[in-house]
Amino acid sequence: MSLVFLWTDLLIWILFGAVVFGLHSIKKSKQARKQWREIFESPIAMASAVILSVYVLIGLTDSIHLKFNQENRWAPAGYENQVLSPLDLSLWHLVKNQERTYSAPFASHEYSRSILYDENGQVQQVYRPLKFAAVHLENPDNRQVLWQDLIKKSGIALLAAFLLTLVVFVFHGYFRVRAYVKRDIRVKPKRLPWNWGYLTLFLLLAVMSILYYLSHFYHVLGTDKVGEDVFYQAMKSIRTGVVIGTLTTLVMLPLALFLGISAGYFKGWIDDVIQYLYTTLNSIPGVLLIAAAVLVMQSWIAQHPADFGSSEQRADLRLLFLVFILGMTSWTGLCRLLRAETLKISQLEYIQSAKAFGMGGMHLIYKHILPNLLHLVLIAVVLDFSGLVLAEAVLSYVGVGVDPTTYSWGNMINQARLEMAREPMVWWSLLSAFIFMFILVLAANLFADRVQWVLNPRNS
Amino acid sequence: MLAYIIKRLLFAIPILLGVNFITFALFFGVNTPDNMARAQLGAKQTTPEMIAAWKADRGYDKPLFYNQNAQGMNHVVDTLFVQESAKLFQFDFGRSDSGRQISADIQERMWPSLAIALPTFVIGLFTNIAVALLLVLFRASLLDRAAMVAAVILMSISGLFYIIAAQVLFGKMLHWVPISGYESGWSMWKFIILPVFIGVLAGVGSGVRWYRSIFLEEIHKDYVRSARAKGLSEIQVLFKHLLKNGMLPILTGVVVVIPTLFMGSLIMESFFGIPGLGSYTIDAIQSQDFSIVKAMVFLGSVLYIVGLILTDIAYSWFDPRVRLR
Repeated sequence: MSLVFLWTDLLIWILFGAVVFGLHSIKKSKQARKQWREIFESPIAMASAVILSVYVLIGLTDSIHLKFNQENRWAPAGYENQVLSPLDLSLWHLVKNQERTYSAPFASHEYSRSILYDENGQVQQVYRPLKFAAVHLENPDNRQVLWQDLIKKSGIALLAAFLLTLVVFVFHGYFRVRAYVKRDIRVKPKRLPWNWGYLTLFLLLAVMSILYYLSHFYHVLGTDKVGEDVFYQAMKSIRTGVVIGTLTTLVMLPLALFLGISAGYFKGWIDDVIQYLYTTLNSIPGVLLIAAAVLVMQSWIAQHPADFGSSEQRADLRLLFLVFILGMTSWTGLCRLLRAETLKISQLEYIQSAKAFGMGGMHLIYKHILPNLLHLVLIAVVLDFSGLVLAEAVLSYVGVGVDPTTYSWGNMINQARLEMAREPMVWWSLLSAFIFMFILVLAANLFADRVQWVLNPRNS
Repeated sequence: MLAYIIKRLLFAIPILLGVNFITFALFFGVNTPDNMARAQLGAKQTTPEMIAAWKADRGYDKPLFYNQNAQGMNHVVDTLFVQESAKLFQFDFGRSDSGRQISADIQERMWPSLAIALPTFVIGLFTNIAVALLLVLFRASLLDRAAMVAAVILMSISGLFYIIAAQVLFGKMLHWVPISGYESGWSMWKFIILPVFIGVLAGVGSGVRWYRSIFLEEIHKDYVRSARAKGLSEIQVLFKHLLKNGMLPILTGVVVVIPTLFMGSLIMESFFGIPGLGSYTIDAIQSQDFSIVKAMVFLGSVLYIVGLILTDIAYSWFDPRVRLR
């Protein structure tokens, strides 16, 4: 067993490290801590933060890739020499249980009839039973039996979810008690709405564990055209969404910060050049620029297949490249904001006096300008996240998104949308992708609202 | 005013040159004319002579940026980049891979795009402003809160979901309108009504939030207080004073998109089978037709710059304090 590093894995862990470092520095600064406390004083912000962290956590578990050797006893049978993540391993039963074609959620039979010959040689059109769903039931056609089984198993899963929440509660409780003992009794801060956080966590875990436990016995969200489990696809897509939403900022931020501050601080011809640069980029319609860049990349990859290694690496590089292109097209807005703000700040007296004391250039920018821009940066990053997740779906639909072999909500939608014309409809793939995406985007939007509300000085 | 417009138009030239440079670098830098020729001529036996003939036919046989064999200015002028840019500036987009004249295609496909985009824009603008004013009238009430929650939810739903759900509901299950297609003339209404409705619905969440925040910022200003002190009713204050003053920030965001309405909507048109510029672009992207994509990029940038100039003019129109020089 050996670790395999894909490029996006590496970057996402670097970003994770940066976030941990950021949290550490928030903890040290009294003012920042107060601001973040204020953000979490809203129950909605608390709930959405819980949802976001669960999504990110799933994305992170899917960002460790392991390669199994033949002789390894942990290797799932029959799939040696494959690159797998811990998420794959925990959902392995779904990968293994591939059906032949479409089946509805919790169905015991295939969605369409197939032609069979019975023992007399007669042609029969029958709904064939699924190979791996509802096989533990003696009579799966009986609705009552099915419901009883579902309720019984959901009960077990609920219990598990409750215990899991309890574990988190106890673990977190240790820190809470410690903080309570060490508290400063002179100040009495507002209580944080932890109960809302736990409620959300419990609900989310309950849904997840019910789906997970039942997925051992049924195809909880159905199967797609080639019989692959939709629940598995939707779970795998989380990583793609999270990668696109977060890594893009990693590309965008340095550009926007460097160019925006330089334009605002140095003025003159530097300002002119940078303004020209972002006006030019801005004037190209976003989707078209992305499409053009992706098309060029596709033909580049097609011409040099040898440079890109295995198909996983190629798909990963395409994802990375998409992130890069999205970053290149989305820095202009933030850059303009930062330029305007820097122009305003550098007129202020404290900057003038710092200059008079002989402080100059980089040091002054780092010490006095950058900290006053951070709220803008943070708001932009949180606001962009949801837009990027939604953009991925549209781009994949247009055909310039992630690689067709990468699991993503956009690809799921793209593959399933033609099936709406069937009678009866094949709706489960689409709806699962939309709901998984909707929850993430809604949580991100709600959280962004709160962050903006607290950090924007105009609202105080 | 005229002098200002001419000045701005002259400023547009370097920006368009920059746009051309980016597209040119993307298309020709990575995908050289030789590769294009091979892709176009197919996998059959392609001799160097055939490639050279194909390149000469398209004018692709010149060097990219710098011509060593030419004299004087022709060092720079007689190159692929300058020649291609010059053609684009004359709005001569050349031929697509299928051999059709791109300019003619664009002129023909512009109208279906407008037929969708213009009603969507106008109805959307009115709905957003009307709802935002209503919420400002009932600010900080239960209605306001509920509407804000609804707006966030509407914003968080993928645009693709609106389209697919509406097609299934109104087209497939209720049979109110055809699922997709297009006809010119008066019978077009039944084809455009659903895309327009979806376009308005998909934009209403973010639109209402934005307009509401603009109006709320205005409502604490002194002139509103004096209007109330004069004894005007709240409705009169809203329509006579708030709306007019709120128009200024609204204009900045709205006027700039008016010219780009010509470009149509990529997703909407391709889902509803409308033969507009949006579906034209999407087909070009999917069939990797670089000349069409290039033409659309250029057209989009021109329209955006026109939009910027229009914004400035509109600004000076509505706000007498702004003088254009």
